[in-house]
Amino acid sequence: MWQNISLWPTEASALAQRVDALFIYLIVITGGVTLLVFAVIGYFVFRYRHTKHPVAEQIEGSLPVEIAWSVIPLGIFMTFFVWGAILYVAEARPPKDAMEVYLVAKQWMWKFQYQTGQREIDSLHVPRGVPVRLTMISQDVIHSFYVPEMRIKTDVLPGRYTTAWFTASKAGHYHLFCAEYCGTLHSGMTGEVVVMEPAAYQAWLQGGAEEGGLASTGGKLFQELGCSTCHRSDTQGRGPNLQGVYGKPVLLDDGRTVIADDDYVRESIVQPAAKVVAGFKPIMPTFQGIVSEEQLLSLIAYVKSLGSPQPGGVVSNRPVVPAASSAPKSQ
Amino acid sequence: MATATQIAGQENYLNTEYGIKSWLLTKDHKRIALLYLVTITLFFFLGGLFAMLIRLELLTPGTGGELVTPDIYNRLFTMHGIVMIFLFLIPSIPAVLGNFLVPLMVGARDLAFPRLNLFSWYLLVGGGGLILYSIITGGADTGWTFYTPFSTQFANTPVIAAALGIFVAGFSSILTGLNFVVTIHRMRAPGLTWSRMPLFLWSIYATSVIQILGTPVLAVTLALVFLERAFQIGVFNPQLGGDPLLFQHLFWFYSHPAVYIMILPSMGVISEVIPCFARKRIFGYSFVAMSSVAIAVFGFLVWAHHMFVAGISLYAALIFSLLSYSVAVPSAVKVFNWTATLYKGSIHLRTPMLYALGFIGLFTMGGMTGLFVASLGIDVHVTDTYFVVAHFHYIMVGGAVMGYLAGIHFWWPKITGKMYPEIWGRIAAGLIFLGFNLTFFPQFVMGYAGAPRRYHTYAPEFQVLNVFSTAGASILAVGYLLPLLYLLWSLRYGKDAGPNPWNAAGLEWTTASPPPAQNFDETPVVTWEAYNYDELPGMPGEEEVGAAAL
Amino acid sequence: MAPLHSNSNAMAGSLAPSVHEPALQHHFADLEQQRESSTLGMWVFLITEIMFFGGLFAAYLIYRVGHPAAFQAASEHMLFWAGAINTAVLICSSLMIVFAVHAAQIGQRKAIAWFLLAAILLGVVFLGIKGYEYHDHWVAHKVPGPGFVFDGPDPQAAELFFGLYFIMTGLHALHMVIGIALVAVVAFFAWQGRYSPEYHNPVENVGLYWHFVDIIWIFLFPLLYLISHKHG
Repeated sequence: MWQNISLWPTEASALAQRVDALFIYLIVITGGVTLLVFAVIGYFVFRYRHTKHPVAEQIEGSLPVEIAWSVIPLGIFMTFFVWGAILYVAEARPPKDAMEVYLVAKQWMWKFQYQTGQREIDSLHVPRGVPVRLTMISQDVIHSFYVPEMRIKTDVLPGRYTTAWFTASKAGHYHLFCAEYCGTLHSGMTGEVVVMEPAAYQAWLQGGAEEGGLASTGGKLFQELGCSTCHRSDTQGRGPNLQGVYGKPVLLDDGRTVIADDDYVRESIVQPAAKVVAGFKPIMPTFQGIVSEEQLLSLIAYVKSLGSPQPGGVVSNRPVVPAASSAPKSQ
Repeated sequence: MATATQIAGQENYLNTEYGIKSWLLTKDHKRIALLYLVTITLFFFLGGLFAMLIRLELLTPGTGGELVTPDIYNRLFTMHGIVMIFLFLIPSIPAVLGNFLVPLMVGARDLAFPRLNLFSWYLLVGGGGLILYSIITGGADTGWTFYTPFSTQFANTPVIAAALGIFVAGFSSILTGLNFVVTIHRMRAPGLTWSRMPLFLWSIYATSVIQILGTPVLAVTLALVFLERAFQIGVFNPQLGGDPLLFQHLFWFYSHPAVYIMILPSMGVISEVIPCFARKRIFGYSFVAMSSVAIAVFGFLVWAHHMFVAGISLYAALIFSLLSYSVAVPSAVKVFNWTATLYKGSIHLRTPMLYALGFIGLFTMGGMTGLFVASLGIDVHVTDTYFVVAHFHYIMVGGAVMGYLAGIHFWWPKITGKMYPEIWGRIAAGLIFLGFNLTFFPQFVMGYAGAPRRYHTYAPEFQVLNVFSTAGASILAVGYLLPLLYLLWSLRYGKDAGPNPWNAAGLEWTTASPPPAQNFDETPVVTWEAYNYDELPGMPGEEEVGAAAL
Repeated sequence: MAPLHSNSNAMAGSLAPSVHEPALQHHFADLEQQRESSTLGMWVFLITEIMFFGGLFAAYLIYRVGHPAAFQAASEHMLFWAGAINTAVLICSSLMIVFAVHAAQIGQRKAIAWFLLAAILLGVVFLGIKGYEYHDHWVAHKVPGPGFVFDGPDPQAAELFFGLYFIMTGLHALHMVIGIALVAVVAFFAWQGRYSPEYHNPVENVGLYWHFVDIIWIFLFPLLYLISHKHG
């Protein structure tokens, strides 16, 4: 047990360094104040011990002192808040051109899907230096996607997508832990994030099983399930035309306007009556129980790709993004 | 030597009636306090047993050579949390020390509603019985936090019994709080204005307000959980359109203020012990009193800091983080005022004072680490890791339990009329302090290094820290057993305490030890400020209070 | 609420009247302290009840904001007239309580009991109508669970509505049952002549409780019955 003790996690992302800097700042300030308080107490207890100081001096208090030791700590706390908030906001705003990866969590495994169609279980391969954004959902209970060495953690919920993003700065293998108790094998729901140099990553991609990109899988499913019968690409359909709808505002029949994001598209498939587009009847059947979470993600990737400028729906133009070998044309 | 019941042949609340009915049907707040003392002590050791099993299992990282299976482990940490929080910590000081002392401190004969008080004890016993039933039939495995949909849809353990037990015990807490609020408002002796009250009463009052406002929300939330489990009414079920995050908001709306239920009374104890063993009035009385109120109020505004990575909006997270820092200020104010009270005092390092100083040390460390988790950027990394486990154990055990023990040792002479052996009190206090730090400090390191909580099997690089932690837990266990032994011993063999062995301020010390059934022979009329140590004689010497070594 | 005889040993030094007050409990200094304490106690208890129901109202509001159309559609299946009659019934019962308290204040001991009995009867009527409604919902497959049937666009949210309806009105009905029992006890003591203009605190306190349960219904009725397009 004395080998390989972990006292401080590796910094495997740029964010990790920033989090560690804040942590050290907190340790210095709070540790300093704590030691100061202990020293003062220790001194008083010794200096005013009853054998040497038999009569206590009754001191009522002091308003200036009370104000000082209320306001000064509050000011210091505000620095803790602001710095922490800055990091949190950065974690909430992935770059627009981040590489998309999809995650479906279930008791007790992590199922990753890539835009290029590859799937992995309990293992996530990413290139170094490229921002990666995960869109995640659970099939059952709440899990939490935690990569300590990147200092990121986001809960993975059933029924709703959550996102996390990171840019790995060092190649290597890093722990992936589930960080929300999820049942018997919660502590076994671990995996690894494998960060590779870009060239090695390309090689890994080429070697993987290809079944067409995620969007094209979604396109096939769109046909098989009969979606295209109503959701035509003209104005004749009984359902709304989905060209270019992703990411745009949608007017609903009750007057509300919502943005067609991942959650909206998913809800439209599993609970179509919850939000009905203005001008259309609520006749779409529900596909809950008919499509899996992975299939839903492929359908979302397909809808995203409709009307987008690049074929195949892959929006990143970073060099390490896989070449067009697996990118089909959109419908 | 006379036993506690036979002191000087005088009639007191212990010997005024004998027999089991006189205890089980008592309306005397002092007897009810002792009923609670026995009950929560049993639950403390049950929860402690679970903790020992957990720490023994965590000596080894992998699945080989394990003490318990992952399934049993999950039930162990769940029931450890439930028993320790709901059956020990929440009642502890209010139900034992509060029940005993509040009427004495306000100069009344009993609480406002004595029969309700007895009923509160039966509710705790009933709730505890249901939780025991859950344990006997396997134990729930949801974590004490019962997150949905796991607890409503997926767990196949006795969740309903556990949730129902907490539901019932919650009413014990609510009714105790109600009793204290009415007593403090309406039954103070003539002359005892709010600003003359001992700070223990301010803390109990603030605690009671939280119990009254917060606990009902937990009750209805747990009711929704067992209704969903039993009848499939899907309020939290995402497949039926429900929202699992709604459960979290409702749950933490109570459970965050609950931690202030657990710490405020301890702070009240410290505010009594420090002035007594420094022989001077507390520094900044009104600020310490107001800080209790401020903690109670702000404590209700910060619940979603338990949900920073749960899927709440960015703006909600920013607001809750900001507010969480506001609640840290009154706690810091208390620590500074206690420290300033030591300045130019006349310090006696008796056992209660040792526990109080230990409290300040450990609570400060725990509170400082609260500043870490309140910071969004840090919390993302450390939430749901051992860092948080260490943080709350520093406050709950290093803080609340040490404060409880400080209070037990301070008022033991009043409750029983007996002194315990001082040397053993000091030894136990030292062992507990050392054992505690060895148990939980390594967990801060482990947590930041990435070790998640609620893990039966963990990555091997965390083993060393786990071994240190288990070693510390063993020392801590010995430390906790000692008071059980010497306090029981003192009932028969301890030296008689007399009415005021510490020459302490406060109405409770003006009556006999143990007090007569009606508390005071005459209703006191208060014309002095609290902590009038300038008017009281000095601390009696060690030999006078039987503090000889065994 | 039964009064105890004071323990004469314990009375010294207080402001207690020299005449034994049979209603005075021994730990209070005088009747006024006892009355103020028990009234404050009832108010504090009612605050806890507000928080208890509050969690359910919060859940209801959150889901209603998320599914406005479905909640309105579900509300159309409520029996509006049953709810309206029940509202009137409860308001009348509260009026009976007011009369009972007034009778206590002016010393009409038997009248207290009659008015309380009237309140109980109206409470029983309320529960009877509620039972009829529940039966109707059961027959119409509106009880959440495997047998739930709803032909409208969003049956999931409708089921949420009905789940909340049963839980909230069920909890309210439970409080009504407890209230009826408490009022019955007080009515019995009133019939025995236990209350007087100087001491009738239990009548006031049980009245407070009853009014509170009534007020909860006043909030439940519009939220559950009046939001559909038919009536909203």
